[in-house]
Amino acid sequence: MLSIDALHVTYGGAVQAVRGVSMEVPDGKVVAVLGSNGAGKTTLLRTISGTLRLHRGRVESGSIRFGGTDLGSRDPAQAVRMGMVQVPEGRRIFGRLTVEENLRAGGMGNADKSAKARAQDRVYEMFPVLKERRSQRGALLSGGEQQMLAIGRALMASPKLLLLDEPSLGLAPRVIGQIGEVIAEINRQGTSVLLVEQNATMALGVADLAYVLDVGEVSLSGNARELAQTDEVQRLYLGHAAEADHPHDRTRAASGKKLSRWTA
Amino acid sequence: MTQFLSLLLNGISLGALYALIALGFVIIFKASEVVSFTHGSLLLLGAYSIARLSETIGFLPAVLVGIAITALAAFLVERLIINRLRGAPVISLAIVTIGVDIILLTELVRRIGSDILNVPHPWGGGSVRIGDVGISQNRLIAMIVAAILIALFFAAFKYSNWGVAMRASAEDGETAALMGIRQGRVSALAWVVAGVLAAVAALFLVGSPTPGVTPAAYAVGLRAFPAAILGGLDSTGGALVGGLLIGIAEALAAGYQDQLLFLGRGFSAVVPFIVMIAVLLFRPSGLFGTKELTRV
Ligand SMILES: Nc1ncnc2c1ncn2[C@@H]1O[C@H](COP(=O)(O)OP(=O)(O)O)[C@@H](O)[C@H]1O
Ligand SMILES: [Mg+2]
Repeated sequence: MLSIDALHVTYGGAVQAVRGVSMEVPDGKVVAVLGSNGAGKTTLLRTISGTLRLHRGRVESGSIRFGGTDLGSRDPAQAVRMGMVQVPEGRRIFGRLTVEENLRAGGMGNADKSAKARAQDRVYEMFPVLKERRSQRGALLSGGEQQMLAIGRALMASPKLLLLDEPSLGLAPRVIGQIGEVIAEINRQGTSVLLVEQNATMALGVADLAYVLDVGEVSLSGNARELAQTDEVQRLYLGHAAEADHPHDRTRAASGKKLSRWTA
Repeated sequence: MTQFLSLLLNGISLGALYALIALGFVIIFKASEVVSFTHGSLLLLGAYSIARLSETIGFLPAVLVGIAITALAAFLVERLIINRLRGAPVISLAIVTIGVDIILLTELVRRIGSDILNVPHPWGGGSVRIGDVGISQNRLIAMIVAAILIALFFAAFKYSNWGVAMRASAEDGETAALMGIRQGRVSALAWVVAGVLAAVAALFLVGSPTPGVTPAAYAVGLRAFPAAILGGLDSTGGALVGGLLIGIAEALAAGYQDQLLFLGRGFSAVVPFIVMIAVLLFRPSGLFGTKELTRV
């Protein structure tokens, strides 16, 4: 579905944020991208969604193909119409708009009225709390509810591919678990997902395939379950660095330690 | 008391016209992040077009075409200049709009020359009395039309797709773009709406009790600026309150100028600016504003 080939992205011609990244998101799958702060995860999503230019970023070389067509340089509205919608890092809901207006804004790129109505039903079904609070301002929602709203808002465009940028950021473990279930459910209903995360436990739990980004380059990739077993991922992302006593304690890994924010 | 009520009514009418212009400032600021100083000349362009055209095609067609011309001019300013400078500092953009304003104003003043241009309002220059309170027919009709337009504007702003898109991109442009909202379109439409509102205001502002289309109409556009600022440059409700406040203050100052003579003649023309400064001293981002002007 999405195929990235030898992508190089820079900011202001100087900062090399993404260096020769190749990656595949097969139709109907959840693909996780792990990496610490500054690894280039957000940059990758900006390139796909067409918002790179707003940050003075530039694709130096490489290509992105979606469903067989080369994306070249197109604007975010075109990306949405093609079926790719990004949920930005930090949720970025419209705090002064009501929940319902946030959803309406999410459907703006969707010309098909009946598809929009169906999408809204689906969102309210998936997140009943949003329906209860539909006339409240977005700013009044809790962090977890705001993340639900951000995801629901993106679903209003009926995407074929959902791009999620660190949806677990700043949320309580219980809520992170819910987000994981929501992602699995969205995928089950037929939407492919590219999930950028620092919370490796959640991401690898829901993903089919995974890539590890390290300072702009792919350092590891493969089947998500297998990747979770590798020493490197265990050590760097599943919180087993200093725990020499329990180097292969799977239950601890599954309990969900947050990715340590190491620097290379 | 009668004099006070009469001044109040006239002030509200004037204020409603200021509010129309101020709403234009506010939505341009929200959609394009530009403080637009083009409004004085857009106003004059509206008045001039309507006056000139009504000599040949009659009043009503002239009004419609005049409004369209003003909206088109605003649209072109956005498309040809503002849109291409997206991302430039707020101050540079504001100065660019001053440049555009001066060019347009100079051309209009040249065209008006020493002509005496009048908009032949079918309602004439007479006045009506409501009880003991008197108001010019022109200002009474202005008040009604402005009230209808303001109500329509607020309804559209709250309920229409354009309103939701506008508010979303004003709050967070990048995220709005991620939703597929085309900011260029939202911005262009804001300029068009601002042009229409300015032209409608112009139609009434050059009628009784004001004498015809003169370059002085330009200054009226400038007086709506404090209305937008004191309401809060990013608040549509603020533009309405600010417009009314300025209109009423100006009318009262003009009406009681004999008592205020120690402040000098023509004091009423500076009242809008004094009110604005007084409000800003206490609330730097205006009555209802949330953002400082330095926003980038
Ligand atoms: N707008 C920007 N301008 C310049 N450099 C940027 C910008 N955004 C990100 N970067 C740089 O690009 C690199 C990758 O950042 P980012 O994609 O945000 O990483 P991540 O999302 O993985 O934390 C970092 O070195 C960061 O400093
Ligand atoms: Mg990031």
